[in-house]
Amino acid sequence: MSLITIQNVTRLFDDPKRKSAVKALDNVSVEVGRNEFLCLLGPSGCGKSTLLNLIAGFDHPTEGVVTVGGQVVTAPGADRGVVFQQPTLMPWLTVWENVAFHLTMQGVGKDIRRKKAQHFIEMVNLKGFENHFPSELSGGMNQRVGIARALLMNPEVILMDEPFGALDEQTKMEMHGELVRIWRESQSTIVFVTHGIDESLSLGTHVAVMSARPGRIREMIKIDLPRPRDPTSPQFNDTKRHILSLLRPEPATVEA
Amino acid sequence: MAQISTTLPVSPALPLSVPLWKRIYRRIERAIVPVLLLVGWEIFSRSGVLPPALLPAPSQVLVAWADWVFATDGNTQTYSGHWIFDVAASATRVFAGFAISTLLGVGIGMAIGWSRTVERLIEPVLQVLRPVPPVSWIPLAIIWFGIADKPAIFLVFLGSFFPILLSTIHGVKTCDRNLLRAGAMTGGTPGKLLRYIVFPAALPSIFSGLRIAVGSAWMLTVTAEMVAVKSGVGYVLWDSYYFLRYDIVIAAMVSIGLLGYLSDLAIKLIAGRVLRWQRGSTLQAKEG
Repeated sequence: MSLITIQNVTRLFDDPKRKSAVKALDNVSVEVGRNEFLCLLGPSGCGKSTLLNLIAGFDHPTEGVVTVGGQVVTAPGADRGVVFQQPTLMPWLTVWENVAFHLTMQGVGKDIRRKKAQHFIEMVNLKGFENHFPSELSGGMNQRVGIARALLMNPEVILMDEPFGALDEQTKMEMHGELVRIWRESQSTIVFVTHGIDESLSLGTHVAVMSARPGRIREMIKIDLPRPRDPTSPQFNDTKRHILSLLRPEPATVEA
Repeated sequence: MAQISTTLPVSPALPLSVPLWKRIYRRIERAIVPVLLLVGWEIFSRSGVLPPALLPAPSQVLVAWADWVFATDGNTQTYSGHWIFDVAASATRVFAGFAISTLLGVGIGMAIGWSRTVERLIEPVLQVLRPVPPVSWIPLAIIWFGIADKPAIFLVFLGSFFPILLSTIHGVKTCDRNLLRAGAMTGGTPGKLLRYIVFPAALPSIFSGLRIAVGSAWMLTVTAEMVAVKSGVGYVLWDSYYFLRYDIVIAAMVSIGLLGYLSDLAIKLIAGRVLRWQRGSTLQAKEG
């Protein structure tokens, strides 16, 4: 049985300026199995972040149902850890307090929080920065704190919304390697939103290619390339070529 | 509401290579204008343009003040050596009123900022009360509370409540929505989100409100003491005016200024500790 099911989900947004509803998602169905790493790939405005927000519970479908672990999603919860586009850390808390924020919400004592946080701080290679404030760290380091915070909740699913979008190419590649390692170590299930073809191919076990206006899944591609993935290998490029052809706008639906 | 500097301006120590005169200048920089003002005032008072009784020279004020504080020569008569008691009386009123308005201002401000319903229910009343000058409450305060500490505390409360309330509302309303999303993601209930996210996020704004409020608190204590109370620095000021002791009047004025400055300094120091996470991310930190 799949861990996340998205059944015939449609999401309309009211647009008072155009006096008509915008179809962000149109009858989308996706299933994600346990331990899978699904990348939602598509151009801006294809509804990939909307889909992620539906799974996270920040937003609700106009039609259709989203379930995680058999439960219908109605609100955000600690079973789904979210890593945001911006690190979204509490600026008044140190790194370890941010990582253990979930435990603060549970009313767990300081000593246990500190101890639990340490494990995940080491997992994202931030040892030595436990007592720094977010303003004292770089963007990449802050994003790692965000990942550690999501991991500590030991969620069934980790949802990531273009978490490395603001990072330079080199840092991004480094983070990809670490994310794959963390995903394996923590045995988690990840849904990862991106608009980078290379990024989705280096990370995912599956790539869902989406099209825009209305947002639909064009194709669900299973990626069987060996890890660590070589972005210059022929198989990698074959898949990339295929995805590029999918993303090329069809002449009939081109909008001005 | 404008962000007020919460760190003390400390001049960085200059290296030895800097010329001596420049280092000396750095040392005395802050004192130059006050000293010039005092010297000018002294010269003007002694010049005889005004009768010395109407504008006492700083030296004369100092003599009166010294006796008021240390009972040096008894020139302030009943007030001789009584300064610390007058200051304590005023400070207690300021502290009591300020504490009440901090509790209520932050509490009600959080409720108004967080809940639309509370905002719609309470805000109109508060916005009508706000423009009423606290001083105009004096007649009612005297009728209700008599002549003692209470009317002064009431006035201090009225004067410091609104700056704290408004800055708290502002702080809550400008809390980053994404932080609340992150909080909801970690499984926070509304009560926990308020305590662990909204309140700390609003603290910088709350502290700037507290600093504005402590100024009004001193103003209103002194006003109340002139009219409705028989003790405190404000009472001494008004009483000395009746006895034509303008040197004591000025000594009282300077005392109030000094106390206000010290209270502000105390809040600034607390803010600097509580908001130490802002260091390195704001303008004021860079210049410090």
